[in-house]
Amino acid sequence: MAEKIYSTKLQDKAERNVFVMFVLLMVLLSVGGLVEIVPLFYLDETMEHNKHPEIVWQGNVAAADRKPISVANFKVGDSITWKPGDGIRPYTALEQAGRDVYVREGCYLCHSQMVRPFRDEAERYGHYSLASESMYDHPFQWGSKRTGPDLARVGGKYSNEWHLQHLMGPRTVVPESVMPNYPWLAENTVDGEALKSHMKGLRMIGVPYTDADIEAAAKVDGVREVDALIAYLQVLGTMADLKEGVDYRE
Amino acid sequence: MEETKYNFDVVRWFAIMAVVYLVVGTLVGTYIASELAWPFLNFDIAEITFGRLRPLHTNAVIFAFGGCTLFATGFYSVQRTGSTSLWSPKMAWFTFWGWNLIIVAAVITLPLGITQSKEYAELEWPIDLAIAVVWLSFGLNFIMTVAKRKTSHIYVSNWFFMGMFVMITYLHVVNSLAIPVSLFKSYSVFSGVQDAMIQWWWGHNAVGFYLTAGFLGIMYYFVPKQANRPVFSYRLSVLHFWALMFGYVWLGAHHLQYTALPDWTGSLGAAVSLAMIIPSWGGAINGMMTLSGAWDKLRTDYILRFMIMSLAFYAMSTFEGPVMSSKTVNALSHYTDWTVGHVHSGALGWVAMVSAGALYHLVEKLWNTKMYSAKLVNVHFWTSTIGTVVYITAMWVSGIMQGLMWRDYDEFGTLTYTFAESVAAMHPYYAMRAIGGMIFWVGGVIMLYNVIMTIRQASAQRSSSAAAATA
Repeated sequence: MAEKIYSTKLQDKAERNVFVMFVLLMVLLSVGGLVEIVPLFYLDETMEHNKHPEIVWQGNVAAADRKPISVANFKVGDSITWKPGDGIRPYTALEQAGRDVYVREGCYLCHSQMVRPFRDEAERYGHYSLASESMYDHPFQWGSKRTGPDLARVGGKYSNEWHLQHLMGPRTVVPESVMPNYPWLAENTVDGEALKSHMKGLRMIGVPYTDADIEAAAKVDGVREVDALIAYLQVLGTMADLKEGVDYRE
Repeated sequence: MEETKYNFDVVRWFAIMAVVYLVVGTLVGTYIASELAWPFLNFDIAEITFGRLRPLHTNAVIFAFGGCTLFATGFYSVQRTGSTSLWSPKMAWFTFWGWNLIIVAAVITLPLGITQSKEYAELEWPIDLAIAVVWLSFGLNFIMTVAKRKTSHIYVSNWFFMGMFVMITYLHVVNSLAIPVSLFKSYSVFSGVQDAMIQWWWGHNAVGFYLTAGFLGIMYYFVPKQANRPVFSYRLSVLHFWALMFGYVWLGAHHLQYTALPDWTGSLGAAVSLAMIIPSWGGAINGMMTLSGAWDKLRTDYILRFMIMSLAFYAMSTFEGPVMSSKTVNALSHYTDWTVGHVHSGALGWVAMVSAGALYHLVEKLWNTKMYSAKLVNVHFWTSTIGTVVYITAMWVSGIMQGLMWRDYDEFGTLTYTFAESVAAMHPYYAMRAIGGMIFWVGGVIMLYNVIMTIRQASAQRSSSAAAATA
């Protein structure tokens, strides 16, 4: 019979019995993912703060013992217990509300949040991004395309007023821009109750929010979405004070 | 006769919906491409901005068009190659209605900004659960149909469909793990670097298994059928099948070169990516050489033209992929339009064209007739080919130009261009890309018209022959 000429015994068996082929596929197809993904959860070198604990804010304090990040202020930079450069921390209620907007509008489809270790990117955007900097990012927003510039370190580079005008009409400040206008962000407001449940959900999957952090969500209720988004943009890349000349990564 | 032996009704409906979604998906694509060239097209309407429509475009072409094509061809070829009917025709109808309802849900939720923000997996958790159930219904039905086949060996097209089924199940389940905080909002249980790796493990293998393995399954059934020749090499099909199954899984990491992903993972992904050119070309060669001794058919058989051109694009983009995953090239190409061009040389040139070929073949078989207009098939062939070439050429130029402008230094050692200048320089290419997409879309409309007319013609023939029989 012709069908037996080329087959090995195993191949022949798999071709005769669908369940043999099914099991072979199940095993074979799991290898690559297991090898590439599982080690990322336990290899210490993956997260830079294992070697440089100072880049995480109160990194050695259990969440329950640490101070709340801020009282929920509506102005950026008014945080009480944390200052930019103090270290990587979870987003405040206001910032998280802004991050939800960022995700909803699909900003990640045109803006990356991942500076690569090249000279031109260092000059254009700043220090290369660390894995630890997105340790509280559920989901990650590294992006895959730069139709617009990288935003990983946009925090503090422009004023709040600039951001507001830019979001309302990008071409009024950057004539070459192809970004849409986002007028509805100035009309919609944040729902504090929903935000609270969002933060509780995030706490369940490992973001170390204190009760006070979550309570602050109530005070964000009614804030314009655009202000929340700006608060999020202004904190991007400002959390850790990364030193020149320190090798955070190989 | 055949009708009583096989279940073709559900196949017919999947085939029709595939053509409809081809038109819809590429229309949305053309629109968002135009938004990048002419931003006023966003019209300050939240639901139609680029950021909200882009996921709708990718989901529509991959899961609506690609999915319906896969289900139509899969349910058809599994019956024909096994010489048996479906294990459960009822379950196949469940798959049909379930899948189409999921597509409706996507069309409603994505423009509203209800998204998990994981590329090609944006749909929120209730829809994800529905996808899992419907997908399993397809897989179970398919495997059980293979199990009850009347032939001794499982034909090669079915291996590829099964590989796709297993891997997409893994990917969908793991990548979609999320904690729901309300009916329309959830957060990925993974964060940062792990989330990124899992996303691109999914992202690349949605391409590698859904859009490659599945469509190679289509190729292995429909190319030999349309050419009326046996597959060129059985041995090659065995080797490249297992190599492709094992290897493709590793490639996701090459999307994260030079990022905060550990270097070992990115390098591993790049190394396997380079090696993948061999199994990829194995498939392309096996498909093309199936025509050896029958090349003259290309002159008269427009359906075959689609299939062979798709294999040429497949070979081209599976050469381009490994090149782009090498670290040196990736440093330039990543984040640019080159990636978008690469995806579309695969998606338009390979996936859509092999689908068009297979769907034309299916329509002729399922309605037992010839296409209403062979000439229009040929017009569709040329619009597809020209549209694809215009599109990818525009993206090659714009992508490489972006990469070079971003890293360019003047004689004083400062960056030559602002980012905004690079955006302005893209305008002509974005316009050209939109035109390429539009040409491709016109081809889809022609196909839809041709298919509808073919079906009408077939039913007219049937009723007149029935009238003749009773007279």
